[in-house]
Amino acid sequence: MSIEEKQEYTITVYTENQVGLLNRIAIIFSRRKINVESLNTSPSEVQGIHRFTIVVEETRDVVNKVVRQIEKQVEVLKAYYNTNDEIVWQELALYKVLSEEITEKVKVERLLREYGARAVAIRKDFIVFETTGHREETNRLMEALAPFGLVEFVRSARVAIIKESAGFHEKLKDFEKREPGEEVIENEYLGKREAVFTM
Amino acid sequence: MEAKQLTGSQAVLEAFIAEGVDTIFGYPGGAIMPIYDALYDYNDQLKHILVRHEQGGIHAGQGYARTSGRVGVVFATSGPGATNLVTGLADAMIDSTPLVCITGQVFAHLLGTDAFQETDIINITMPVTKWNYQITDATEIPHILAKAFYLAKSGRPGPVLIDISKNAQLQKFDYEGYTPCNHVRSYRPKPIIRKEYIDAAVALINAAKKPMIIFGQGVILGKAEKEFKKFVEKSGIPAAWTILGLSALPTDHPLNVGMLGMHGNYGPNVLTNECDVLIAVGMRFDDRVTGRLDKYAKQAKIIHLDIDPSEIDKNVKADVGVWGDCKETLPLLTLGLEQKDRTEWVNVFKDYAQKEYDQCIKEEIYPKTEEMTMGEVIRIVNEVSKGEAIMVTDVGQHQMVTCRYAQFNQTRSNVTSGGLGTMGFGLPAAIGAKFGALDRTVVAVIGDGGFQMTLQELGTIMQTGVDVKILILNNQFLGMVRQWQQLFHDKRYSFVDIQSPDYIMLAKSYGIDGAKVEHRDQLAAAVKTMLESKGSYLLEVMVGKENNVFPMVPQGCSVSEIRLK
Repeated sequence: MSIEEKQEYTITVYTENQVGLLNRIAIIFSRRKINVESLNTSPSEVQGIHRFTIVVEETRDVVNKVVRQIEKQVEVLKAYYNTNDEIVWQELALYKVLSEEITEKVKVERLLREYGARAVAIRKDFIVFETTGHREETNRLMEALAPFGLVEFVRSARVAIIKESAGFHEKLKDFEKREPGEEVIENEYLGKREAVFTM
Repeated sequence: MEAKQLTGSQAVLEAFIAEGVDTIFGYPGGAIMPIYDALYDYNDQLKHILVRHEQGGIHAGQGYARTSGRVGVVFATSGPGATNLVTGLADAMIDSTPLVCITGQVFAHLLGTDAFQETDIINITMPVTKWNYQITDATEIPHILAKAFYLAKSGRPGPVLIDISKNAQLQKFDYEGYTPCNHVRSYRPKPIIRKEYIDAAVALINAAKKPMIIFGQGVILGKAEKEFKKFVEKSGIPAAWTILGLSALPTDHPLNVGMLGMHGNYGPNVLTNECDVLIAVGMRFDDRVTGRLDKYAKQAKIIHLDIDPSEIDKNVKADVGVWGDCKETLPLLTLGLEQKDRTEWVNVFKDYAQKEYDQCIKEEIYPKTEEMTMGEVIRIVNEVSKGEAIMVTDVGQHQMVTCRYAQFNQTRSNVTSGGLGTMGFGLPAAIGAKFGALDRTVVAVIGDGGFQMTLQELGTIMQTGVDVKILILNNQFLGMVRQWQQLFHDKRYSFVDIQSPDYIMLAKSYGIDGAKVEHRDQLAAAVKTMLESKGSYLLEVMVGKENNVFPMVPQGCSVSEIRLK
């Protein structure tokens, strides 16, 4: 694939836990008029280290530059970017429908089976379903419920695991050293420049 | 030992002393009063310069940092005091100037309530600071200030802003001393040098027939002037500079071939598109340097040395990116260089220089016209200063002319607003430049437009008695914009006709001597009087109204399409 073609990239950022860092990262995108498709902040596998998962639709060249700008921020330890085939990811969706609508017109059971949904709250007046999956999957149930008066719908940001990653435990040890190993400030293009850049 | 009790304000000043700060540029106000109160007792250890506007304060801090190589320190109060710093922060950010700015903030319990003089300065300054932080508890002050100084000056330097709420300034706490910071785990000041790239770069340079060096401020910021000179001399490669790299290599060095970019010299611009290897040292390929990117040095292999990994491949893709501090990478390159005879190639530059001199420079610095030119004024300054003065410039035509023609024997002698192009920078920056280099002559070359943006700082000169020579090149126009309107907008001079007050009377009202020169026969003597005067002096020179800066690479053109006329 050419580096000039736009596609979905998932950016994973390991950071210190500090007030305002979300904004520092967000302005790197907004300054370049890049729309953030989804953004999630959460703890990481290492205690005290936060993990941002950011999804954008951009060219590899732009994503590469943006990731370097992110990594340049003082409180950012490391940032990676991956295409969809390099990660395992999920999103969670919640759907609220009126009980009378749905129990009369469709069988709840069928919904649960067909879409792999779970009912997380069942009340006399409404039911809340939940599904997890890729966007297309969560969209499908939304479409199925639309004719029955979907009262509320919400989907979470993407969370993603990098298939090839060995986690951050070892990396962090390296960061804590005064004279870090090469891994910490790795040159990602070492030996593969030709593959990455077309002049 | 029992810990001593200090207030947050005292802890700030203790941190300054521990960091070796000697000068603070600032302006007091409500939310920073506790710090100013403490300063009253530290007056013998810390020199505070009362400026006339916070923007003047931060530009002075920049000038100080640029000539001294140390961190500039600035105080401002909350709200408008803090927002007045924004232009200077943006300027320092883009020109990599180390600053620590302390702003006062309202009491922590009032944050977010639209309290008097409250503004969210942390979020406002986020894109224009290397780092910023709000302190609401005094116990954080020692280690946060240590971190601030470390971040400002290490790696690629930049401005840091620390916002301290009034309660934290007043709060007493057990002070356990000051420990300087030299490590932040999430921050890498410089990348590791990879031998593979050093070797690749050396191989390219050694095989090159027509190599060219272009250097920027990285050489000065890395304090690598000696290493750079050795590299240039051993390699025998002609070296051209960006305006922020100016003075890193003496202007009369035989391999110094001049200025790059829009108003740079003819040879370096044209030959950028003819060289076979382009070695960029501590510069960032600004668009004013590269002109049109898709026609920039396409024939050349590019070696890019930079301490900031995000600069490599940002604008121009490097064939070999040498990540690292150039103070370390340059000697490694020099070690591998083969000495070669490059006379023929150097002579190509000389030929271009001669052509430029004949067709463009000569009439600028030795004009035959009745009107005086900016170039001849700078030539006369050179003749008197012998290249020893620090030249501070504002932004516009006079800036380009000064950078083109001023001579420099020593590094850290050219102070200008490069990346941001901040009009109004010159006068306050010159004040700071002098405090940063008290034993040197400081000449502030300023246009009639830029001078009127920050002329209130004449008050700072008056009160501190600082010795700054002010040279106003008055063409009665906002000259650079006028030049563009002449060349690209059919001479539609839209709002560039600017009137000036009587600068000599103005200076006099501030107790500053001055003179105005309207005819060439008075010029040399007047420049001499200015440079030899005791204390500050203002010299206004009336130059040609429509004196243009050439050569010029028109916007959207390639560097090799540079025009001599």
